[in-house]
Amino acid sequence: MTFFEADHLAINFGGIRAVDDVSFAVNKGEVFTIIGPNGAGKTTIFNLVSRIYEPTAGRLVFEDRDITRVPPHRIAALGIARTFQNIELFEHASLLENLLLARHAHKRSGFFGELLFLPYVRQMEVKHREAAERVIDFLDLQQYRDALIVNLPYGVRKVTELGRALCTAPKLLLLDEPSSGLTVEETEDMAFWIEDIKNLLGITVLMVEHDMKLVSAVSDRVLALNYGRPIAIGTPQEIQSHPEVVRAYLGG
Amino acid sequence: MRFLFKTAYEQDIRLFRDRVAAMWYGLLAVAVLLLPALLSGYYVGEITWVFIYGICGVSLMVLVGYTGLLSLGHAAFLGIGAYAHAYFLQHGVPWVASVALATLITTACGTVVGLPALRMTGIYLAIATLAFAVIIQEVFTRWESVTNGFAGMPVEKPVIFGVHFNDNASFYYLCAAILALTLLATRNLLRSPTGRAWIAIRDSEIAAQSMGVNLAVYKSIAFAYSAALMGLAGALFAHKIAYLAPDIFTILLSIQLLLLVIVGGLGSLHGAVFGAIFVALLPPIIAILRDSIPAALADVARATGIGLIDGVGRAMGDFLKKPGVEAGIFGLILVLVIVLEPLGMHGRWIKIRLFFSTFPLYKRHTFKRQKSYMKSERLR
Repeated sequence: MTFFEADHLAINFGGIRAVDDVSFAVNKGEVFTIIGPNGAGKTTIFNLVSRIYEPTAGRLVFEDRDITRVPPHRIAALGIARTFQNIELFEHASLLENLLLARHAHKRSGFFGELLFLPYVRQMEVKHREAAERVIDFLDLQQYRDALIVNLPYGVRKVTELGRALCTAPKLLLLDEPSSGLTVEETEDMAFWIEDIKNLLGITVLMVEHDMKLVSAVSDRVLALNYGRPIAIGTPQEIQSHPEVVRAYLGG
Repeated sequence: MRFLFKTAYEQDIRLFRDRVAAMWYGLLAVAVLLLPALLSGYYVGEITWVFIYGICGVSLMVLVGYTGLLSLGHAAFLGIGAYAHAYFLQHGVPWVASVALATLITTACGTVVGLPALRMTGIYLAIATLAFAVIIQEVFTRWESVTNGFAGMPVEKPVIFGVHFNDNASFYYLCAAILALTLLATRNLLRSPTGRAWIAIRDSEIAAQSMGVNLAVYKSIAFAYSAALMGLAGALFAHKIAYLAPDIFTILLSIQLLLLVIVGGLGSLHGAVFGAIFVALLPPIIAILRDSIPAALADVARATGIGLIDGVGRAMGDFLKKPGVEAGIFGLILVLVIVLEPLGMHGRWIKIRLFFSTFPLYKRHTFKRQKSYMKSERLR
């Protein structure tokens, strides 16, 4: 069974081929990282997987199901959640509300039931809250629970985004540069959380990351991209000493 | 200062934060019930406007304050509701059925108008809704077989299941009850997934989508629900105004309704009610001042023997009588609110409440300091 597979994926923006014939498979339970210099197409791949962009060619398969044509709002219900490189939280809502919104894919209540707030809606709400509180405990966010996102510092927002993605109860978690903008300590915390997510929650992680320290600390396998093309795939150690990768980063 | 220890998830879902909050709302309800006994009929009638504008405020708050979709055409929905209700009443439809039908029709219109909202945002959507309002106003004028054009359309007093709502006080209670139900229903939606989906769309469409929110569906629901409330308000509006004419439902009314939610404070139901109080009670307050200022200052002048004060009083009275002064004061207050208190009356209310709950430790600069501190934390 294929857990997740990108098959000859490609996308053009006008004349620019941002992603060109990229194929890779993610195994269940691993941390798979995509690296590459700026403009290599890493985030574009994420936007393709979360269906925000339409691929020009290729196929996306998740749990043996072709998801290339699934609309973007269905992705969460299938079990794929993502974070964003430039934090996309709901700024004028509290942290708890942000996490609760992530339960949307598990919503079973209808409009009129909610209008009257029928007992079953209340029960569902309690269930959603239980799920959100579990994530708050997992990520140690208790003290920020009722704070509005606009009033939270950057590092906490980054963790909140991770929490919001976890709240959807995903099978595959897409992390877009989880360490960007974080201090050294916060990056180390992030590494621990990614390991915990993999080991304790059993969630597969697909990650885009620049910080090689974080990459080698948590990744099982790494894919290196340059100008939208895959140049190498392997363990972090193999990738770091791969001549093509070194050339892509350092030139020459 | 009170601390709230939460021991169950239910506590986060409750309508009122705690017993004390529930008690305050209870007191407010009692005050609303007792007011007609204490005030004269004129003031009861004026306060009824607060309730009708309150429903309008909730309607726009859902759309503008919670979903982040701008509409400059909500007077059209109000008009559709009012005309439909008046039309059905004239044709002998019972009151409840007539209101239900009027609400259904505005809901349908709202859904159709909401369709372009699926692709447009911000100022473009505002212009599209503005165009809709202009068209609808023209329809009111031309469709004489239904609306009677400029000749106007009389609306009789409501009769619900044989109960007559003839005087100011009974209609006051009717409007208060409908506003209370509207607030309850909207609050229910806002504490459910639908309300959170609206907030998500307002703050980040792309993230909302990735979390499983179908943007098209939830934007349409917001538009339809907002229009439905506007239609409901329109039915009451028709009774209150007693005589419908096309030039009531102008763009100016749409802007006034938008002003209502901005002055009240975007993103809170309290704000909708605060804004309604402001919009509904400012004209009578200006009228009272117009009459009382010259008289009061004339008394002062007689007592002190300074003729100048009498002159000033008369000048102020004359100034307030000039046409357009009311609109000017509205505009001035709007500008002042946006400059001084972007969160509107609701934001001011939160600060006043904080003052009392932290007394005597409140510092005027608490909010400013917190904001600058947050900016220092390498925030963007």
